[in-house]
Amino acid sequence: MTAEGGLTRAGEAEAAYGANRLGGNRLDESRPDGSRADGSRPGEGRRSESRLSENRRSERRLGWALCAPAALIMLAVAGWPVVYSVLLSLQRYDLRFPGRKAWIGFANYATVLRSGFWWDAVEVTAVVTVVSVAVELVLGMAVALVMHRTLVGRGLVRTVVLIPYGIVTVAAAYGWKYAWTPGVGWLARLLPDGQAPLTEHWPAIGIILVAEVWKTTPFMALLLMAGLALVPDDVLKAASMDGATAWQRFTLVTLPLMRPAILAALLFRTLDAFRIFDDIYVLTAGAQNTSSVSVIAYHNLIGGLNLGIGSTMSVLIFAAVAVIAFVFVRVLGTSTPGQDG
Amino acid sequence: MRRAAAVLAVPALAGGLVAGCGGTGTSGGRVVNLYNAPQEHLAGIVARCNRRAGGAYRIVLNTLPRGADDQREQLVRRLAAADPGLDVLGMDVTWTAELAEAGWIREWTGGYAREARRGSLAAPLATAVRQGRLYAAPYNTNVQLLWYRSDLIPRPPATWAGLMKASRRLADARRPHYGEVTGAQYEGLVVWFNSLVASAGGRILSPDGERVDLGAPALTALATMRRFARSRAADPSMTNTREDDARLAVESGRGAYEINWPYVYASMAANRPAMLGRFRWAPYPGIGGPGRAPLGGANFGVSRYSRRPDASFRAALCLRDARSQRIAAVKDGLPPTLESVYDAPGMAQAYPMRHAILDALRTAVPRPLTPTYQNVSTISAVTLSPPGGIDPPRTLGRLRELIGDALESKGVLP
Repeated sequence: MTAEGGLTRAGEAEAAYGANRLGGNRLDESRPDGSRADGSRPGEGRRSESRLSENRRSERRLGWALCAPAALIMLAVAGWPVVYSVLLSLQRYDLRFPGRKAWIGFANYATVLRSGFWWDAVEVTAVVTVVSVAVELVLGMAVALVMHRTLVGRGLVRTVVLIPYGIVTVAAAYGWKYAWTPGVGWLARLLPDGQAPLTEHWPAIGIILVAEVWKTTPFMALLLMAGLALVPDDVLKAASMDGATAWQRFTLVTLPLMRPAILAALLFRTLDAFRIFDDIYVLTAGAQNTSSVSVIAYHNLIGGLNLGIGSTMSVLIFAAVAVIAFVFVRVLGTSTPGQDG
Repeated sequence: MRRAAAVLAVPALAGGLVAGCGGTGTSGGRVVNLYNAPQEHLAGIVARCNRRAGGAYRIVLNTLPRGADDQREQLVRRLAAADPGLDVLGMDVTWTAELAEAGWIREWTGGYAREARRGSLAAPLATAVRQGRLYAAPYNTNVQLLWYRSDLIPRPPATWAGLMKASRRLADARRPHYGEVTGAQYEGLVVWFNSLVASAGGRILSPDGERVDLGAPALTALATMRRFARSRAADPSMTNTREDDARLAVESGRGAYEINWPYVYASMAANRPAMLGRFRWAPYPGIGGPGRAPLGGANFGVSRYSRRPDASFRAALCLRDARSQRIAAVKDGLPPTLESVYDAPGMAQAYPMRHAILDALRTAVPRPLTPTYQNVSTISAVTLSPPGGIDPPRTLGRLRELIGDALESKGVLP
């Protein structure tokens, strides 16, 4: 919508044509073929504009030329590593045995997909993703409602709520780690003697979940608060007049109207949670079977120096993230930024 | 004194080699970058070598992170990127084979190799050799011993079975009876297993490091670990116990004995001087007879990508000469690799157990010398944890399979 608005100001008919043809996408509007399409139809009663058009065309060419280096660099920086890791995943490539490097097709994929360690990591990642996102959604909604309804000290409340999100994750993770370390930690002191929760599987997963939820609930709340702003007060008042209870107003009016915001928040958080790395890296480094897929990929790539296996895992993570995004956008109909809800 | 004279001869000899290959070029700085684990008095050793070098080179000390895995990670990442900023590398004994196989450290030849080998104890020297070639100069070494309280255990048992019996007796008498071993899921668990396999007369890998060995002695070792973990000797927190936890358990009076490195003696002297008189050491326990203690320590290597290899070799030799090793031993608690240093002044006070260390070094068993040690160790630790859950034949089968994969860099690391 904003893109089309900008175009209308820039130049009437031509811009409308461009907007129609290019779907109102501002980036595409400046494409050279867009302007070529304009220039190829000079005999349609727009002769008075042809000089302006000429100017604009050269301006666009200049704009495109100025953008090109950045676009090419983006492609090289973002595109090439992806292609490169796919290529690496098809090779036997251990940095310690440069002589044994060879193309081996999909053998790395077979190795990874048959490995119990990989599926353990997938399970840990799935548990962390589902549980943390679910808890964050509930807590985030509560916090969002509080922030939305706060009458006094609104700025202060919002700032305080955002503090955990503002702390560097690694620093926060070390805070949690020491808190749960026997002998030094304030939380470990609450436990019976001889308990070291970070050295057992389920307690460690629990602490990872707490750290994740603590850190990202504010982010969830922020996204949901933006969604709450979409709900018109009039509708709620009308529902109230019709005798709806507070709970009914929340579940039958607020939630359905917030649906786009909730789905977008869930999409962001699910993708984020699926790639969890820093909390686990600091808290357990993957010991006691607590590796997520990202941590196990790191161990194989950086610790094991096995570029083949590590890249295979990276490609699999990439694929999983793509599937999650696809499910959210296509099946659940989540809107992505820049798109209308 | 004789040692000092030998050391003085090195620069002259090395100088000849420099003239021979002319590899150092004309670059002015002559800076040799040393990367080493944190060691409190290493800066003093570096300063001493820089004074002795007389401008031939200037060692700059760069301190690596504290954790062994973090140290290795930083080194291998920079070496994989052919970083010329690394010259002399302080390496844990288990990395030498790995870095050599990858072609990241230079072979020691000629006069440098002769000097690095001279006077070195056999066991630490073996960790610097791969396929008959020398890839590092031994800097310090270490062995685990049995540390016990003589008020609880008057005569130290020589075997694991004897330790379990002693624990049972103490438990019946309601005295402290736990035996502290490194049972957590980390490399220390593999170190324990490796020593048990060797004590039973076996090996984890074939001598060339290419194949899995793990025969009948491994079965005995696994059964011993399982029995110990399920006996009265086992501390309930055994599956969380690392070296430091074992030390603390004995210092706090909970443990009757521990298997640990000699640093526990200095720690006991500092933390519980009252207990020091009853805190004794004995050889590493065995299966049927004397055991074979785990071998630790560190070596100096020279990076393949160093632009000043000759200066680096000479710097490394100075950093581990008799005088340097004595400073490291007395001030930083790092046992020397040169036999002569054990009789140097100050050693008797710092290392009352030095003869036990020397004896243990004669039979000490290195960890498997393979470029994939990191993988072998990670996978073994996961498979052996928790020790009480070991099912000897099944665990052995799984170890053979996973270690076999790791050797071919096929397997997946957890």
